[in-house]
Amino acid sequence: MPYTPHTKDDVKRMLAQIGIKEESELFDYIPQSLRAKSFDLKEGLSEFEVYEDFKEMASKNDTSKVCFLGGGYYDHIIPSAVDALSSRSEFYTAYTPYQAEASQGTLQALYEYQSLVCELTNLEVTNASMYDGGSAMAEAALMAIRITKRDKIVVDSGVNPIYKKILKTYLAYHDIEVIFMETVSDKVDTKTLTSLIDDSVAAYIFQNPNFFGSLEDYSEIVKSLHEVKALAIMSAYPIALGVIKTPGELDADIYCGDGQSLGNYLGFGGPSFGILATKQKYVRNLPGRIVGLTNDRNDKRAYVLTLQAREQHIRRAKATSNICSNQNLMTLRATIFMSLLGKDGFAKLALQNYNNANYLKTQLAELSAVKIFNQNATFNEFVIELPITCDEFLDRMSEKGFFAGLKLDHLYENFENRVLVSVTEKRTKAQMDSFVASVKEIL
Amino acid sequence: MSATIFEKSHAGRAGINIPKQQVQDTFDLDKSLLREEKAKLPELSEFDVVRHYTNLSKKNFSIDSNFYPLGSCTMKYNPKIEERVAALDGFANLHPHHITNNKPEFMQGSLESLKILEDDLKEITGMDAFTMTPEAGAHGEMTAIMLIGAYHKKRGNKKKYIIVPDSSHGTNPASASMVDFKVITVKSNADGGMDVEAFKEVISDEVAAVMMTVPNTVGLFNPGVKEICDIAHEHDALMYYDGANLNAILGLIRPGDLGFDAVHLNLHKTFATPHGGGGPGAGPVGVKKHLIEFLPELRVGYEEGKGYELKAVSKNSIGRVSPFFGNYLVSLRALVYMQTLGKEGMINVSRKAVLNANYILSKLKDYLDVPYDTFCMHECVLSADSLHKKYHVSTLDIAKYLLDFGLHAPTIYFPSIVHEAIMIEPTETENIDSIDYFCQKIIDAVELAKSNPELFKEFPKTLPISRADETKAARSLNIRWQQD
Repeated sequence: MPYTPHTKDDVKRMLAQIGIKEESELFDYIPQSLRAKSFDLKEGLSEFEVYEDFKEMASKNDTSKVCFLGGGYYDHIIPSAVDALSSRSEFYTAYTPYQAEASQGTLQALYEYQSLVCELTNLEVTNASMYDGGSAMAEAALMAIRITKRDKIVVDSGVNPIYKKILKTYLAYHDIEVIFMETVSDKVDTKTLTSLIDDSVAAYIFQNPNFFGSLEDYSEIVKSLHEVKALAIMSAYPIALGVIKTPGELDADIYCGDGQSLGNYLGFGGPSFGILATKQKYVRNLPGRIVGLTNDRNDKRAYVLTLQAREQHIRRAKATSNICSNQNLMTLRATIFMSLLGKDGFAKLALQNYNNANYLKTQLAELSAVKIFNQNATFNEFVIELPITCDEFLDRMSEKGFFAGLKLDHLYENFENRVLVSVTEKRTKAQMDSFVASVKEIL
Repeated sequence: MSATIFEKSHAGRAGINIPKQQVQDTFDLDKSLLREEKAKLPELSEFDVVRHYTNLSKKNFSIDSNFYPLGSCTMKYNPKIEERVAALDGFANLHPHHITNNKPEFMQGSLESLKILEDDLKEITGMDAFTMTPEAGAHGEMTAIMLIGAYHKKRGNKKKYIIVPDSSHGTNPASASMVDFKVITVKSNADGGMDVEAFKEVISDEVAAVMMTVPNTVGLFNPGVKEICDIAHEHDALMYYDGANLNAILGLIRPGDLGFDAVHLNLHKTFATPHGGGGPGAGPVGVKKHLIEFLPELRVGYEEGKGYELKAVSKNSIGRVSPFFGNYLVSLRALVYMQTLGKEGMINVSRKAVLNANYILSKLKDYLDVPYDTFCMHECVLSADSLHKKYHVSTLDIAKYLLDFGLHAPTIYFPSIVHEAIMIEPTETENIDSIDYFCQKIIDAVELAKSNPELFKEFPKTLPISRADETKAARSLNIRWQQD
């Protein structure tokens, strides 16, 4: 039998030690009436047969087209060293580092991850990660409610609609009012926002660059939030933080984001990880694991899980969250990714995303049939308005060999002809030129 | 040797080259939008980074290098074929927004894998449908409690409470809180199970659900479980099955047959996906028919002639709990494992897991206290209570002693209903030689406790660090490296 090492002789010795004759005696006390009524599964296969089956299955997925899909999940470079190091089974087959002495590798890497996130966001503290960008946002909102003891959350229309869905699900069971602002343009509707912000609001959640790719200066908004002691929660795509104003510089109180772009595969959406960072004064309100630096009995540096009194295994029903795990292996990949790129490389990567997208945006804007929706400056994605439906556009472009973007018609009202186009450092000039030529041909 | 990556940084060093920029630099964003200076990420060569993390990896125990008898965690061997499949281009590089765009033609392979996995999990548990979207066990628990909340809301039931046994995992009451239910804790009986009489005292029409782990967290099967299910249902309270211990009962018992309405599974435990040092896991939730309409968004359907597709969202759905199909590549690995095992292989998993655990129990019961003197299932709970009282050597001391012999500590001080608990789950993949070695080291520890108890404070002696000062870690909090 696969993956069990027991020989007949082993089983005999074990049964003799236990003092029984048959394995089945171990189960005799379980009444027949409670036993499985069915267990109709296929026969097992050798790993070679299984591999062939899955290879065929994988071939039924399409990853061959040139990708201009983004919307929170991006086709970025993944350095070979990220795969090589995270494939070390000392990392990937380890358990949660509860036994610090036997887990210094995982713990130090997590401490480094936390440090890198703090550098990237200019915030003071972070945890060892959440499940994804959406759950990080939901937990950020719950944090704000605990901190302010208020029960109203205002969500900007530029927030990723998938995160909004998750936020809504998480908050539905509490006595919390969630106000989702309506989409009028790619800009913040400051008039409406001003009317909504008062001392009953726990937090305003915004995303920069927003879901349409647009950038905005939120400094004044953050100030006005703080005047009524409401918190500012900022979501951002971490690659953009290589150049844009950071949550720390904005004086935002909580940052949340998704870490896929930092060295993780698209993988049909998972596993990725969620980033959650905040100010020092809110550290005890953070959910999830946190790694701290201390020393051992011999005064050597030692890394341990810390502030565990916030967590479910100690505090049970009163914990800051029910989360038990972190997306550890994905944070390791992000740590290696950021270390490989380094200070200059990370900034350069962000710039290149901007430049590539700006090139494509400029080229498309020259086509008479295409209009650019964004009024604000954009980072590495933008919305195009078309004379045909989103589906017509995507289908025709896929025939030309492109995943041309994300359709917005079913995500927003009155967005019938709008598609979000994203560009990363992986796209060559030739690919972008060919994209423009194809758009010209089909319109 | 424990210098951080920041201390190894040298200004001007670069790790990897990014693709050459082929378009003009048009960067002209207004200063008000920009960060003032570059993020202070460390500067190293690729080789520096590789050496740093390779050396860090050596400071870890892992299932590939060490026996990990962690009770309740099911640290079994993770077959390598899983990694090979998950790395296939068609799976690893598939963009999730084909889901948002609703273009099933680009994702037939992955939708197929999800459908097969759902069908297999239904058969294994006796449930009627599964959602693959929760990303971990606790996430699955929360999702299931949301489903239960939605069920009661639709029926107009006024429900306030969720019952959990005092032996439950901390995530059970914490998940109930996330969905705003109050928790009622029921004491365990002398057999470690939820006491039926004590249960009858707290069950009422205001109870939304009862959360149980089967076998329970002391490693025993509670034959009273069917009766508890029946009583709960009389009050329209739903039964929730925590799948942490499914590895004991594959092919033997199905929660669906016992009367459970919702289950969560830990694919990273029972179905052998790598734990990754603490995640990612996968926590799919299975339900009976009456809960299907509430399942979260994103389910896979199949229609003859059309192929696999995304099912329309039910109007009573609780919404999204994760961006797409959870930790998809983890679920895919679990499916690979399940297909190599097949029916007989899976039945054999539980039989050998139970055999290994009982073998350990029989070898150690003369050396440590045995709170429950009966056959166990896939894990056994022992106690160092007497040893602690007599020689002041605690469970923690024994755990740290084992580390010096390359043995990961068992789960300790859980469940909390057992004093000085030592919870051992060997899993089916461990061979008799490593189990014998482990048992001998426990016996050696007990003997040493009697002869030289003072020595225990020194353990572990051979690992990268000795015992860490956890009090200091919490008091003078240092959770990020401060650069000059």
